[in-house]
Amino acid sequence: MWNYTDKVKELYTNPRNVGSISDADVVVEVGSIVCGDALKLYLKIDANDVITDAKFETFGCGSAIASSSALTEMIKGRTVEEARKITNRDIADFLGGLPEEKMHCSVMGNEALDKAIAKWRGEDISHSEDTDGEIICHCFGVTDKLIRKVISENKLKTVEDVTNYTKAGGACGSCIPRIEDIISDELKKFAESADRPAEKKPLTNIKRLQLVEDTIANVIRPELQKDGGNIDLVDIDGKKVYVALRGSCANCRLSDLTLKNFVEDKLREFVEDDMLVFEAGRD
Amino acid sequence: MQVYLDNNATTMVDPEVLEAILPFFTGRYGNPSSIHSFGGSVGSEIQKARERVAGFLGADHDYEIVFTGTGTESDNLAISGTIAYYTNKKHIITSRVEHPAVVALCNKLERDGYRITHVPVDRNGTLDLEYLMDSVDDDTAIVSIMYANNETGVIFPVEKIGAFLRERGVPFHVDAVQAAGKVPIDVNRINCDLLSISGHKFHAPKGVGVLYVRRGTRIRPILYGGHQEKGRRPGTENVPGIVGIGKAAEMAAAHLSRPGEMKKMASMRDRLEKTVLGMFKNSMLNGSAENRVPNTTNIGFEFIEGEAILLYLDQAGVSASSGSACSSGSLEPSHVLRAMGVPFTSAHGSIRFSLSRFTTGEEIDYVISVIPGIVNRLLEISPYWDSAKQEPAPVNLQAKT
Ligand code: FES
Repeated sequence: MWNYTDKVKELYTNPRNVGSISDADVVVEVGSIVCGDALKLYLKIDANDVITDAKFETFGCGSAIASSSALTEMIKGRTVEEARKITNRDIADFLGGLPEEKMHCSVMGNEALDKAIAKWRGEDISHSEDTDGEIICHCFGVTDKLIRKVISENKLKTVEDVTNYTKAGGACGSCIPRIEDIISDELKKFAESADRPAEKKPLTNIKRLQLVEDTIANVIRPELQKDGGNIDLVDIDGKKVYVALRGSCANCRLSDLTLKNFVEDKLREFVEDDMLVFEAGRD
Repeated sequence: MQVYLDNNATTMVDPEVLEAILPFFTGRYGNPSSIHSFGGSVGSEIQKARERVAGFLGADHDYEIVFTGTGTESDNLAISGTIAYYTNKKHIITSRVEHPAVVALCNKLERDGYRITHVPVDRNGTLDLEYLMDSVDDDTAIVSIMYANNETGVIFPVEKIGAFLRERGVPFHVDAVQAAGKVPIDVNRINCDLLSISGHKFHAPKGVGVLYVRRGTRIRPILYGGHQEKGRRPGTENVPGIVGIGKAAEMAAAHLSRPGEMKKMASMRDRLEKTVLGMFKNSMLNGSAENRVPNTTNIGFEFIEGEAILLYLDQAGVSASSGSACSSGSLEPSHVLRAMGVPFTSAHGSIRFSLSRFTTGEEIDYVISVIPGIVNRLLEISPYWDSAKQEPAPVNLQAKT
């Protein structure tokens, strides 16, 4: 059985904002009964672009109902502009998280919202390839546009991820090669955009110290503590970081070389890519 | 009230079975292969269990019973063991609605170069017998067909298949995991060479299965090691499990032969089914009503989704299961419902209720009493249903995005 959070359970048991709005300003449908989940969203939007009411009807599993309920709660009282910024991540976070395999439920909510806003603005949402993208997965009617959006918003890396988030690839599988192409294409784009701001300004000493401390506290120490060890920052001199090992780390699998590599890798990842690590008292 | 109607998934260990197996965890923990009497005396208990299971299946000889770990293992041993013997034959016949133990193995064998025929079923889940017969040729190494389907309970014509294959001289394996304890099994009437059952489906503990291997049937083991089970399934015996499946087999045989016992179960099932189908005009039975094991019903609810139904049922204390996509973690309705061509309006909303001999009339009453609230609530939430008018809402059901 799924490991649903209490919030998800609460919202599929007692979903908020179920039903229709007879004088809604915009009504959209996403998904279909064939695919196993569908959401119909009704919005009331006032002259100041504020979403004054939101209601939904959903065909789908517990997490689809909970995601729909979450979405309506999140957008009520917000301006269209604010609502537009909501991602599927936000919906999942509102629910305290969703099982990976159920992330597509949050994506469906987000899709409905995007579609509703586009429709309200009078944008063309008919199914042309220019506006909606090209259908990649015919089993679930998923477009490349949606797949790309979900990849970049959720930093997805594998076909399995994409299937969990959009269902694409989850039936006959014939679209998997195309999904793979899209993933590598998006990763390339991501790498290029990461390359560009290479004119990063050098860090000030204070900023660097802060980042080192944060990385040790939030990334490195928790990892070492899993093995019963610990790490303390002793000194920092420019890009040289001196650390001391505590507890069982001193003789665990991460000592010496592996430790140094691990800590250095993390600092290089999160601080600057030419950080150097030394064990205090050994050098 | 807690009601367990998921007995096709697993069953409660019968208290008498439990009592029979407990000594083999404590005082009598010896290894039956040992020379000393402490272990050796356990061997006679295994022998007793073997005889009981042989009796349960109508086998002529107790050595035709091979104890395994699970039903899945029995299925694998039957198919892999047979084709390992007949290495020159490269064709396997099975159905489109088999248990994953057979489906996944055949998919793997297909990748290895075997030709697999998947015999279709009709809208009622009934096997296309003619299609099967036409598919048999000189290259056919084995035919593997289930006795009863796990999702719908529909029974397949294994006796007709057995008679036909006997004449053609083609090995026949029957996956009887969902039939055991629900209908009398007689390997000689079926004319099968191999037949699989699993203990935990009929009130024995989990972790013990049986493969019946007819005298003279050629199979090669899939595990290598000791001499146990005459080398067909080496490995130290799961003594408590084996004692348990022996006791459970004896008890199941007694229940099956007691007049009216199975009828009673079937009539409870029918009452549940008829009442629920009568309550909702947008519900339907999946699978033939006639030719079924007495404990299973599979009901499709249109316009609502199965996992949501199960979650609501669970909150009401009722355990059932679903062939819907979401509950299984796959994204499509089960291969069984798809093979039957169940309409898309209800394929995602199919619920299986499976009873056991411990199910009571009060439990059925309770389930009947909670279903309307659940289904109506979900219909209210559904965009495909107009609750005010009590009819399907006018929306495009097939729209993709
Ligand atoms: S086309 Fe994508 S799974 Fe079939």
